[in-house]
Amino acid sequence: MGYLNYHVVQVPTGWRKILHLNWPLVFLITAVSCIGFLMLYSVSGGDIDRWAGPQMERFAIGMVAMFALSFVPIWFWRSISVVSYVICVLLLILVELMGHVGMGAQRWLVLGPIRIQPSELTKVAFVLTLAAYYDWLPVEKVSRPLWVLIPVILILLPTGLVLMQPDLGTSIMLIAGGGIVMFAAGVSLWYFGAVIAIVVAGVTAVMESRGTDWQLLHEYQFKRIDTFLDPGSDPLGAGYNIAQAQIALGSGGWSGRGFMQGTQSRLNFLPEKHTDFIFTSLAEEFGFVGAFSLLMLYVLILGFCMYSALTNRDRFASLLTIGIAGTFFLYFSINMATVMGMLPAKGSPLPLVSYGGTSLMILLMAFGIVQSAHVHRPRS
Amino acid sequence: MRKSEREVVESSRLITRRVLMLGVIQAGIVSALGLKLRSMQIEHADEYRMLSDGNSIKIRLLPPARGLILDRNGTIIAGNEQNYRVTLTREEAGDISAVIARLRRIIPMSDRQAADILEEIRKRSAVTPVLVADRLSWDEFSSIALNAPALPGVTPESGLSRSYPRAGDFAHVLGYVGPVSDYDLSKIENPDPVLRLPEFQLGKVGLEAKMEEALRGKAGARRVEVNSAGREMRELSRQEGQQGATVQTTLDAELQNFTSQRLGSESAAAVVLDVTNGDIVAICSSPTFDPNKFVRGISAPDYRALMEHDHRPLADKTVQGVYPPGSTFKMVTMLAGLEAGVITPGTRFYCPGYVQVAGRRFHCWSRGGHGMIDAVHSLEHSCDVYYYELAQRVGIDRIAAMARKLGIGVRHDLPMSAIAEGIAPDRAWKRARYDQEWQIGDSLNASIGQGYVLASPLQLAVMTARVATGRAVAPRLVRAIDGQAEAVPDWPELDINPLHLRTARAGMDAVMNSSRGTARRARILAAEWRMAGKTGTSQVRNITAAERARGVISNDQLPWNRRDHALFVCFAPYEMPRYAVSVVVEHGGGGSAVAAPIARDILLFALAGGLPPLTAYPEAERAKVQEIWSRMSLTPSARKGEGRARA
Repeated sequence: MGYLNYHVVQVPTGWRKILHLNWPLVFLITAVSCIGFLMLYSVSGGDIDRWAGPQMERFAIGMVAMFALSFVPIWFWRSISVVSYVICVLLLILVELMGHVGMGAQRWLVLGPIRIQPSELTKVAFVLTLAAYYDWLPVEKVSRPLWVLIPVILILLPTGLVLMQPDLGTSIMLIAGGGIVMFAAGVSLWYFGAVIAIVVAGVTAVMESRGTDWQLLHEYQFKRIDTFLDPGSDPLGAGYNIAQAQIALGSGGWSGRGFMQGTQSRLNFLPEKHTDFIFTSLAEEFGFVGAFSLLMLYVLILGFCMYSALTNRDRFASLLTIGIAGTFFLYFSINMATVMGMLPAKGSPLPLVSYGGTSLMILLMAFGIVQSAHVHRPRS
Repeated sequence: MRKSEREVVESSRLITRRVLMLGVIQAGIVSALGLKLRSMQIEHADEYRMLSDGNSIKIRLLPPARGLILDRNGTIIAGNEQNYRVTLTREEAGDISAVIARLRRIIPMSDRQAADILEEIRKRSAVTPVLVADRLSWDEFSSIALNAPALPGVTPESGLSRSYPRAGDFAHVLGYVGPVSDYDLSKIENPDPVLRLPEFQLGKVGLEAKMEEALRGKAGARRVEVNSAGREMRELSRQEGQQGATVQTTLDAELQNFTSQRLGSESAAAVVLDVTNGDIVAICSSPTFDPNKFVRGISAPDYRALMEHDHRPLADKTVQGVYPPGSTFKMVTMLAGLEAGVITPGTRFYCPGYVQVAGRRFHCWSRGGHGMIDAVHSLEHSCDVYYYELAQRVGIDRIAAMARKLGIGVRHDLPMSAIAEGIAPDRAWKRARYDQEWQIGDSLNASIGQGYVLASPLQLAVMTARVATGRAVAPRLVRAIDGQAEAVPDWPELDINPLHLRTARAGMDAVMNSSRGTARRARILAAEWRMAGKTGTSQVRNITAAERARGVISNDQLPWNRRDHALFVCFAPYEMPRYAVSVVVEHGGGGSAVAAPIARDILLFALAGGLPPLTAYPEAERAKVQEIWSRMSLTPSARKGEGRARA
C-alpha cells in the first residue's frame, strides 16, 4: 500500500501505535530470550559476565530496535527493500574480497568498530525484496516462467555469494527462506516439485563428485555428511560433537539433571555449548519438560506470526511476515534436528537462545518489521 | 499503484491456502522434532545417562606406599621419603613466563632449565600439569604454597619416593627402584594398572625386585569427576591404598656398615652368615654406589663413571661373582677323601714340593716341600701335594659331590639378583660343557680349588658354615614379613662323619692358631672368640714352566688385574661356632696377607656386637687395627627410635 492509503484507512498514529503492537509476540520473544540467558549463565558455570550479561545487553538494544522499527510505517520497508537488497549484495561481494576468516569460512566484515555478517542482513533484506516483488506483481502472473525466473535470480545471487564464503548452511537457509515466500505468494506447485527433483539429482551429483577434480564441497563438509550418516564412524573426531550432544540430550531424561547440574555441558564434553549446542544443555538440565516447552514456545511465536500474516490484507506485509517467520522456523528446527542427530552438523545457532550478538539483534529487528506490518495493517 | 478490491481478496485467499499448506508441513516437522525428543529423553534416557556418567566419572588410582625394608633390629634400610614437587598447568597460569620468573625467585633454576620447562609446557596440552621441579626442600615447598596467589597454575604436590638412608651400604643386596619402563611392562603378564602411573617406582634389581609383589602394596582408588580434557573437577569417593609389606631382613645394619667400610675401595666381597640359622648378617660387595642416585634418575656422567670403573661397582660380587676358591676348597677335597675311606685323618703323604702326573709336574706352593704330612697339617700349611695325592685316589666325581653337599656348585635361592651357581666340575660336566674327557690333571687342579672350580663368596660362606656345624645350613635373607617371622628350618645333618668334620675344623684352627699356621698373624687372641679359617690365593693366569724357572713374579710387580685373588673363609668361636665369614679380594694378592685380616675384623665386629676391645687382637696387630679404625667413618648406631615407618 502506498503512502496515500494510510490517510484513507484507519491506522494508529504516534504513541498510540504501542497499543496495537503484537504483544503476545513480544512476551513470547522475551520468554525465549530469558531461557537463553538462563542457559548461558548455566553453561558458563555461573559466570554472568561471560555470556549471559553481554547477551542481555544485546537483547536490550535489540528490543529497543524492535520497538523503534515497529513504529516505522510499513510502506517505508517496501520502499527501501530494493535498496537494502543491493546494499546486501555489495556487502557480500565486499566480504568475499576482504572478509575476516572464521571457522574456515569468510563471514565477517570488520568496518571500524563494528563487525557485521552480511549474510545475516541478507536473510532479512531479500525477504523484503521478494515480498515487495510479489506485492507489485499482479497475482495472475506469479506462475508465469519469466516472472518466476526473476525471484529465482534474486534468491540465487546472494546465495551464490554466500556459498563462495563458503557457508553452506546459510546458503540453504536463503534458498529455503526465499522458497517459502515464493510458495506463500502462490507460485505453482509444479515449480516446487521440479526444484525438489533437481535438488535430489544435485545432491547425488555432489556426493558423486567427492574425491574427483571437480569436488563441489569442502572435505570438512563431506566429513560432516559422513558423520551424519554414521556418527559411530568417527566418535573422537568429527562425530564427537554429535555423539556428545546426543548423550547430553538423552541423559536429561524426563525432568533433567537440574539447573547447572548438567555434567556434559559443565565438564566441557559439549562443544560450542554456548552457541550451536545450547539446546543440548537445556535438554540435559531441564529434560524433556524443558526442551519440549522451548519447542512449544517457538511454535507459538511461529503461530502468532502466521496468524498475523493471515489476517493482514496487505500482501507485502503478509508475505514478509511469512518470510521472516519461515526463516525463524527454519532456524530453530534445523538447529534442533542437528543436535538430535537428524541432520548433519552445519553450525546454525538456536534463534534467540544461542550466544551471538549479530544474529540476535538482526532477528529482533526482523521481528520489529513483523510488528510494523502488524501495527500498520489496513483496517476497514 | 492501487490494487482493486478483487485483487486483494484473491491474494488473501491464495496466501491463506498456501499458509495452511505451510502450516501442515511445519506441524509435521515440529512433530518429528518432538517425537525424536521424546524417544531420546524418555525412551532411551537410561542408555544416555549411562554414557554420560561413563564420560565424566573416572577412577584414579592412589599409588600405595612401598613396604619398608628393615634390618634385623628394626632399623629402616629402605624407606619412603616425602618428595615435594611443583607442577605447572598452562591453562591456569596465563602468562607462563612471568609465573616461572616469579618461581625462580623461590627455587634456584638455571636459564637452561627454565627454557626447557617453558618448552615442555608449550608442547603439552594446556590442562596437563608439567613437572617444574622436584625434591624440593620443605622451606622451598612451603614458601611456594605461601605464595600461591602470585603463582597461578602452580601446584605444590607431595608424593612418596624410595630412599635408602644407608646409601651405599645395602646397594647390592637391596638393589633399587626406578620408574616403570615399557620394557618392564612388556615382561609382566597382566601388569597391575598402578604400574602405569607416571610417578610409580618399581623394584629394578636385588631384593627390591625379587620381593616386588610383597613390597608394592595395593593401590587405592578415587572416583573423580573429570571434564572432557581429563581435568579433575571434584572427588566423589576415596578408598585409601594399602602399604606394601614391611620386610625385615636378616641383615645387621651396623655390621653391614662396618663390613662395607672395612672393604673400603678394594674390589671385594664379604659375606657373614649366622651358622645357627643361616641368617645372612652382612653381605657386602665393594666398591659400592649410592642407590638413591638411581631412584632420582642418575646423571649420565655419574652412570658412565660407574660403568667404566675397573672395580665394577655395579656388579654384586657376593652372589654374582664366581672365583676359583683356591686353597679354601681344600676342606672339600679332604672331606671327600675321608668320607670315601681313601684316607683316614692320620694318613700321611710325602710332599717333595711337586708331583709328576701324566708327564706334567704339579707344584706345591712351597718349593722345598712339606715332607710327610697328614690331614690337619696339610690344611695348616696349605700343602698342595697332599691334595694332589688325594685327588688321584678319590676321583673328581666324589670331590664334586662333596662340594655340592657343602653348598658349592649349587644355587642358593635368595631374593637377590643374578645368583650364580658356580661350578663343582665332574666328568659329566666336562663332557657336557666342552665335549672332552676328564683328565687327571683337571682333578689335581680342582683339588686345590683351581682349574674349573668356581664359587661365589656366598657359597664359600655356606661351605664354611656347613663345615663348622655339620648341618646343611642354607642362607636366608628375610627374617619376617609384616611382623610375621619366617620359620627357621631345622637344618638337617649333613651325613658326614663328625670325626671327619672335626678333622677339617682342627685343620682350620691350626691355620690360625698353631705356631706355623699360614694365617697366624690374623688370629683372634680372645679365647672365647677363638677363630678357625683357611686362606686361599687363586691364580687368574697360568704360570708357565719357563716363568717358574725364572722365579715366579711377585704380585706387587704385576698389573692389578693380573694379580691373584685373595680369599679367606673362617668361623668363630671355634668350640661353639656362631658366625661364618668369607672374604674375596679381587686381585688382592695373598689370602693370608690381604683377605684374612679383613675377615677377622668383620668376624670380631660380629662377635663383639660392635668394635671389639683391642685386646682381642694379637699385640703385633693392634697398632695397624687402630689405624684402620681411625680411617673408617662408621654410621653411628641408631637402633632405638630411628625414624619408624612413615605410612
